[in-house]
Amino acid sequence: MTFDSSLLQSLLFQSVNGFASASGLFLVAAGLSIIFGVTRIVNMAHGSFYMLGLYGAVTLAPRLGAVLGPDLGYWAAVACAALGVAVLGALVEVVLLRRIYGAPELYQLLATFALLLVISDAVLWLWGPEDILGPRAPGLSGAVELLGRNLPRYDVFLALAGPAVLAGLHLLLARSRFGRLIRAATQDREMVAALGINEALLFTAVFALGAGIAGLGGALQMAREPANLAIDLSVLGDAFVVVVVGGMGSIRGAYVAAVLVAQVKALCIALGTVEIGALAFNLSRLTLVAEFLIMALVLVVRPHGLFGRPQAAIPHRGTSEAPLRPLGRPARLALLAGLALLALLPLAEGTFPYAPVLALDMLIAVLFAASLHFIMGPGGMDSFGHAAYFGLGAYGAALAATALGAPTPVALLAGIGVAAAGAVLFGWFCVRLEGVYLAMLTLAFAQIVWSVAFQWEEVTGGSNGLFGVWPDWPFDSRAGLYLAALVLVALALLAIRRMVFAPFGLALRACRDSSLRAEALGIPVARVRWLAFALAGTMCGAAGGLYAFAKGSISPEAISVSRSIDGLVMVLLGGVESLAGPVLGATTLTFLKDNVMRETDYWRALLGALILAVVLVAPGGIAGALRRLRFRAGRAP
Amino acid sequence: MSVLEVEGLAKAYGGVQALGGVSFTVGAGELLALIGPNGAGKSTCFNIVDGQIRPDRGTVRLAGREVTGLPPRRMARLGVGRTFQIAAVFDSLTVLENVQAALIAARRQTFALWRPAATIAREEAQHLLEQTGMADHAGRPASELAYGDVKRLELAMAIASEPLLLLMDEPTAGMAPAERLALIELVKRLTRSRGLAVLFTEHSMDVVFGHADRVVVLAGGQIVASGDVDAIRADPQVRALYLGTGRAAGGRA
Amino acid sequence: MRHPYPLRTVFAGVVLMLAAMGAARPSQAADPIRIGELNSYKSQPAFLGPYRQGMQLAVDEINAAGGIDGRPLELISRDDGGNPGDAVRVAEELVTRERVDVLAGTFLSHVGLAVAGYAGKRKVFFLAAEPLTDKITWSDGNRYTFRLRASTYMQVAMLMPEAVAAKRKRWALVYPNYEYGQSAAETFKKLLKQAQPDVEFVAEQATPLGKLDAGPVVQAIADARPDAVFNVLFGPDLARFVREIDNRGALKDAFVVSLLSGEPEYLDPLKGEAPAGWVVTGYPWYAIDIPAHKAFLDAYRKAYDDYPRLGSVVGYATIKSLAAGIAKAGSTDPEKLVEAFEGLEVVGPFGPFTYRASDHQATMGAFVGTLGVKDGGGVMLDPKYVDGLSVLPSDAEVKALRPASD
Repeated sequence: MTFDSSLLQSLLFQSVNGFASASGLFLVAAGLSIIFGVTRIVNMAHGSFYMLGLYGAVTLAPRLGAVLGPDLGYWAAVACAALGVAVLGALVEVVLLRRIYGAPELYQLLATFALLLVISDAVLWLWGPEDILGPRAPGLSGAVELLGRNLPRYDVFLALAGPAVLAGLHLLLARSRFGRLIRAATQDREMVAALGINEALLFTAVFALGAGIAGLGGALQMAREPANLAIDLSVLGDAFVVVVVGGMGSIRGAYVAAVLVAQVKALCIALGTVEIGALAFNLSRLTLVAEFLIMALVLVVRPHGLFGRPQAAIPHRGTSEAPLRPLGRPARLALLAGLALLALLPLAEGTFPYAPVLALDMLIAVLFAASLHFIMGPGGMDSFGHAAYFGLGAYGAALAATALGAPTPVALLAGIGVAAAGAVLFGWFCVRLEGVYLAMLTLAFAQIVWSVAFQWEEVTGGSNGLFGVWPDWPFDSRAGLYLAALVLVALALLAIRRMVFAPFGLALRACRDSSLRAEALGIPVARVRWLAFALAGTMCGAAGGLYAFAKGSISPEAISVSRSIDGLVMVLLGGVESLAGPVLGATTLTFLKDNVMRETDYWRALLGALILAVVLVAPGGIAGALRRLRFRAGRAP
Repeated sequence: MSVLEVEGLAKAYGGVQALGGVSFTVGAGELLALIGPNGAGKSTCFNIVDGQIRPDRGTVRLAGREVTGLPPRRMARLGVGRTFQIAAVFDSLTVLENVQAALIAARRQTFALWRPAATIAREEAQHLLEQTGMADHAGRPASELAYGDVKRLELAMAIASEPLLLLMDEPTAGMAPAERLALIELVKRLTRSRGLAVLFTEHSMDVVFGHADRVVVLAGGQIVASGDVDAIRADPQVRALYLGTGRAAGGRA
Repeated sequence: MRHPYPLRTVFAGVVLMLAAMGAARPSQAADPIRIGELNSYKSQPAFLGPYRQGMQLAVDEINAAGGIDGRPLELISRDDGGNPGDAVRVAEELVTRERVDVLAGTFLSHVGLAVAGYAGKRKVFFLAAEPLTDKITWSDGNRYTFRLRASTYMQVAMLMPEAVAAKRKRWALVYPNYEYGQSAAETFKKLLKQAQPDVEFVAEQATPLGKLDAGPVVQAIADARPDAVFNVLFGPDLARFVREIDNRGALKDAFVVSLLSGEPEYLDPLKGEAPAGWVVTGYPWYAIDIPAHKAFLDAYRKAYDDYPRLGSVVGYATIKSLAAGIAKAGSTDPEKLVEAFEGLEVVGPFGPFTYRASDHQATMGAFVGTLGVKDGGGVMLDPKYVDGLSVLPSDAEVKALRPASD
């Protein structure tokens, strides 16, 4: 491709397209940013609000059109859908979230994730599986000419709608009392409480506003895309990226980030295939991961996004977890007995042939969750991208076993090595960040690893993955692999326990509680956290390697966001404040999934409802609830 | 030789001179109070000594060695302990574990991965808790302590590494008057018995004039007076400074 | 000190877990033939709802006629979770606990491949119903796996005669950025270049699945000034693409061939905006007048009061294939089933087709036609049935493509 005037014109024109796309991104992200800024809730259901806005609009438009005429009907449908979603947002806050503000941070994430599952099945039930294409915008369906090309009127409208909403929000925040409260709460929650402002009402209003903007964003897409069941998750990733790149809580930042992401993508698409020497590379393939590359770059250079400020640490005096205690003798004996029972499980294969199969999946999940918990619990580093190391371990083992023909144990070691190398590399960048920014950088790295596995056809098998990754004798039988996994997982759990109670674990917990104090004592905080990150990635790699051998294949799914989320759900479900938490959470979730998937077509909703029940009944996870039960039982006469 | 020698420290923020060439020394076994009205440059000076801020000019020497601009972690290793205005301890650890963590860091055993930490430096930790009057609380979670006890725990952790210099940022802030005096007396005892050099900032004039050996008074980024307690009390410039702001004691930054 | 794991709790937990994992079904002499079916019902509901109805219709028909050798068919259906890991576990559950005789199903290519790998390893018969990837019968094919639907290669090859006949020089390609889209594009380029050596590919857009940024993509294609386009987009991406082309008045004179766009699953949501003039593969249920399809259509409408989608045909033909294979083998033994399926003849809604012995691919074809709009909905005009065998490579060529089999 040569740089002539027609290319320049086409690039210029594509940048106009980029502004239309940016508005779409901004509208999803703005609401998320406001909600996070004030309530600190990482709202996983945000994409669902967007989806509901779109479904609401495509449903209402023809009906309202019949009454009000198509012109008015279209816009009335957009407005009604946005308002409806806002009301739903308020309801969610009042009925659900308000009950769990006292829970450790991130439990709101678990609740909103459950909500996402429930809403997605509710939409399937209400609207059916088929895509629904809404009407075009009346009066905006044609195109205007620009640079000798046609630009759809609706794109012009959208390109202006984003800045208009930005300006509106800016006015709201700058001029109104409500806006001042939002800004105050974003900067200092304590102060708002101290001022005697009704915090509950403020949170409800903020949640409604955020949800409403998402609903509006969805409704406005009616003219461009059909309502479909996959958009909740697909826009969620975009929204998070934009919010984080812009700096959480910064509306203006969200707009700038949306423009940045959309323009980079439009540029990749416009340039198409570029040839550098003999190498031809199709840049359009980059759009798969462009936003995450941008996020990784921005976070490495600016740890709080483009316009974000360091967040005042949320004071947690009195709410911090109870000191971890080593196990007593009876508990150790019980554990050994349990382990022995598990080792005998294959003997029951005649009667319970499925038991070793499911148990193997549980073991893998336990190791995955326990390694994540190591950095999330004692380390205080939330990772939204732990699947990266699971995937690296799995691909490393699979490649060693298939391409190099390595024996199973060697291949597993190779996988662990690859995962460790990845964790050492990515960890170096991640541990320098804090809170949600750290979590999002882990996610960005995971997505980058995913996209490499997804696109590197010659090595990783692309989107289909690698096959024929079966273990050698004696691990090729169900019992053989299960027992090997049992030994490996038991050793890893023992190692985690030892490390948590060793000086290193003490230092790790110390760094989590107060990095200021830890530094003042001479503890190298970054190095402690880096090593923890690397160790967690290494153990996670073992889980990934086992997974590849258990399934006989590996695909990019193993690195996907949904696997990372699974890990988070396991850790939170089990209880982040206890070492038994990830074990309980992983077995429970695997077990629940296996069963609900068989029981009903609407298993996602059922799973969501069960998770919600756990969150409401036991806001500290299962381990927390057990501890409370035992505490109560211990007090009873 | 002085434990701490500060010479010609200067720092400006965007054209505003926060500190304009400040020099002083602290000797072993000596308590030096750094006082002054709000915006006098106390915090800037303190954070430069501690390593959190790099000065534009000037040097910080610890036991004769130049340490200007070293990060807090390195300063700790070289023998600087510190406490914070809002006491920082490890809430999810027990009181004993807090001190053990400090001792383990001082002994550079942080990266031991296998041996249980509970067995390491137990006696020393217990001893430090006794010295600070916290022995009865050893098994309690730090998060359950009363604020005065948190301050004492923090002190125990700060001296665990047997530092040469102890930096205390408003050691008695947020405490009841009786507790304040008890704490500063504890500090003084430890200082004398261990030969510690202590640099502290303080708003409570009772504490300063009751217990400091020497006082340095900052205003507008300059030292306006320094000397022993009686000299400072009598210094007309200092009196004017404090009367001028209408506060002689108990003010808050 | 509190103990997190009292002995009783551990025992109770293990016992409870075992109980919930469930004992295996005891096998009995007069058992029905058990078909273990797994599919991504949750992640692909639009295709698989009708698919399930098609399967059930076939099961009901066969059982009403007395089953196979007096044994009724029993369908045990499971969600595969939409990912290979869960799918392999579900397959294990069907085989070990439910003791099914055969496995069938799957929609997504990577899930299909994983289950095929499992079937090959554990020597279980597996009929892959829907996954399109060429690998499942070629590069990763194995002895125990057969595939019903026309593969990506076949679908592309069916469109070739029309693409060549159009005599266009400047082609643009747009496809979803994963194996299906990539291999369709590769096949298309290869086959077209063979037939028409002077062809030029002027633009190639690989878009993230389900996240097509329609404006920039359509503009980039239009800016390359192609006179023909090969499209592999489907679902929501297709709707976005079509609407954007219309809004921009782009590609007005371009000739478009498009994969799968004539299938009701993807065509019907477009309603009156279906892109007239595109040459597509698909399923024009309203315009097929062979007796086999008539019977299927009537029975389906009677049973569900709805018209069949392509999924219905696939589900129906899957069960009919299994029934025919089991009847021919006279047994559900996997080895005998494999032998019976090699060369097995089945009559499906599209008429008779065969499972080739060489690559285990069914020759069930598809329809090629030109899109038009009728009564506010998209239809395929003048659809022609293309037999799968006519677009498959010869047995000798296939041998080289199947290194891993047997």
